[in-house]
Amino acid sequence: MAQNQPDRGQRGLPGGSPRYSALALAKKAMNYHQDWQRAWRDPEPKSEYDAIIIGGGGHGLATAYYLAAVHGINNIAVIEKGWIGGGNTGRNTTIIRSNYLWDESAAIYEHSMKLWEGMTQDLNFNVMFSQRGVLTIAHSEHELREMSRRVHAIRLNGIDSEILGSAEIKKFVPTINIDQSIRYPVMGGFLQKRGGTARHDAVAWGYARAADDLGVDIIQKCEVTGLRRQGRKIIGVETSRGFIKTKKVGCVVAGHSSVVAAMAGIHLPVASRPLQALVSEPIKPILNTVIMSNAVHMYISQSDKGEMVLGAGVDKYNSYAQRGSFSVPEHMLAAAVELFPVLSRLRMLRHWGGIVDTCPDASPIISKTDIEGLYFDCGWGTGGFKATPGSGHVFADLIANDRPNKIAAPYTLDRFSSGLLIDEHGAAGVAH
Amino acid sequence: MLIIPCPHCGPRDEIEFACGGEAHIARPLVENKISDAEFANYLFIRDNTKGLFLERWHHSAGCRKWFNLARDTFTHEIIEVYPMGSLPKKASARTSYSSSWRRGTLAEKAAKTGKHSQTEGRK
Ligand SMILES: Cc1cc2nc3c(=O)[nH]c(=O)nc-3n(C[C@H](O)[C@H](O)[C@H](O)COP(=O)(O)OP(=O)(O)OC[C@H]3O[C@@H](n4cnc5c(N)ncnc54)[C@H](O)[C@@H]3O)c2cc1C
Ligand SMILES: [Zn+2]
Repeated sequence: MAQNQPDRGQRGLPGGSPRYSALALAKKAMNYHQDWQRAWRDPEPKSEYDAIIIGGGGHGLATAYYLAAVHGINNIAVIEKGWIGGGNTGRNTTIIRSNYLWDESAAIYEHSMKLWEGMTQDLNFNVMFSQRGVLTIAHSEHELREMSRRVHAIRLNGIDSEILGSAEIKKFVPTINIDQSIRYPVMGGFLQKRGGTARHDAVAWGYARAADDLGVDIIQKCEVTGLRRQGRKIIGVETSRGFIKTKKVGCVVAGHSSVVAAMAGIHLPVASRPLQALVSEPIKPILNTVIMSNAVHMYISQSDKGEMVLGAGVDKYNSYAQRGSFSVPEHMLAAAVELFPVLSRLRMLRHWGGIVDTCPDASPIISKTDIEGLYFDCGWGTGGFKATPGSGHVFADLIANDRPNKIAAPYTLDRFSSGLLIDEHGAAGVAH
Repeated sequence: MLIIPCPHCGPRDEIEFACGGEAHIARPLVENKISDAEFANYLFIRDNTKGLFLERWHHSAGCRKWFNLARDTFTHEIIEVYPMGSLPKKASARTSYSSSWRRGTLAEKAAKTGKHSQTEGRK
């Protein structure tokens, strides 16, 4: 695929004032960390902006940051109805990988991976990106064969990926149960070593701080309630804090995409569903990588605090309630205990749900609309955290230039009438 | 966990059911030629209401019959259960049916036999 390095933007150093560093940490320690500055301002909305981003999740904040850092568009606001990162950004299990089947997906997820690899430095914020590997396991002959097809496709796109047999898996992950007599035995798997996890809150905060530093207004507790149009053009947004004028609006509201689209009479192929996750009490390190299984709808990793982080498949009905049904995690935990018997006495500490925006082909929408100045970046469904930087990067480019770049182009809304779907159910439909 | 009132078996646990998504999507007839974009309204575009939503459920691990549910997607309250091929009776659910954007689409019109089907279909 021969991808160039993404344009990370010209962010005049030092970013954020003062810059975060080991030295700054030591200095502040002298004062018992009493005088850390605010990481971003809390401004009143101005009456007009050059562009408005609706939704202060990772994707929205990244979009604003790259608009300012790469495209020099600084007079912008991110409008968030709750608090930044309080949506799926702060609810996800943070699995990051770029091992998707199709070229279109490889392009955007690998673009994202490259941005992850430099993010802590770019933002001067430790996002705790940890390339501990993501291992997807197979439980049947058929799955294993399908997997090797996928691995070859991924490697043809220049992305690291390798097949492991069950003995190699056991060597890599000593706590896993590879007994072949269990209901879904581990028959093999594939590993992306560059995959891993990151600290979700830090991603939102890091982008917020860096965007704020470049002049972006981050406006929290402000809900967009309407999109004002003049003919087929956007002229502003109605919010719970009044009308704000603008010519360009980027909607990055995940589970609420259909609600915001309806404000402009647009209908999306999106269904909003609950997706649930749990964390356990913290324990000593027992798992050094991320394990995913599409067949038993389970994925697991261990946070740096020692908690086991577990996620399940999506619930079966539409919902905006940010909670799902108990049967889903129950089913997943049964599989987790069979694969990792060491977990059987572990107590779960927290359990929550997020509302994810699922698309019929399990691929996102990054698109203009038939209303001038109105753009959508949504449909990331169960697996958009990993795409946060890449999505923000190409969406900023779309908003700045009013045309999609090569990476974004396949993700138009038109694909649902042209039939050019990007079917990633195999790689994205179940796990993350 | 939802408790779903199957019209045939009574209230049962959600795990016995499969959810069929948005109800009342009529398939355009082949002879009523419509554009790809209009066909996409039938095939891919979905109502994704926050609030009262009309949807289909299948009692897949029970009587195996399909039925419709009017359910609030924000509170999870079930407002009405009603048979396939019919419309809900409660006023709120009726409004949600008649005010849906789908009622105005060519895809839905092309699902019905009508004047504009016949001229095209005979060619
Ligand atoms: C339990 C769970 C586990 C997951 N695990 C993974 C994983 O391991 N790996 C992975 O890659 N992905 C995962 N995902 C998916 C991932 O979290 C999302 O795709 C991604 O975080 C979406 O980011 P976002 O910024 O678009 O959305 P969000 O972070 O949800 O941001 C959208 C924001 O828009 C705001 N908003 C909505 N409506 C309005 C309005 N009218 N006005 C103003 N603001 C509004 C919301 O309050 C919200 O803060 C998971 C999701 C969940 C729920
Ligand atoms: Zn029944």
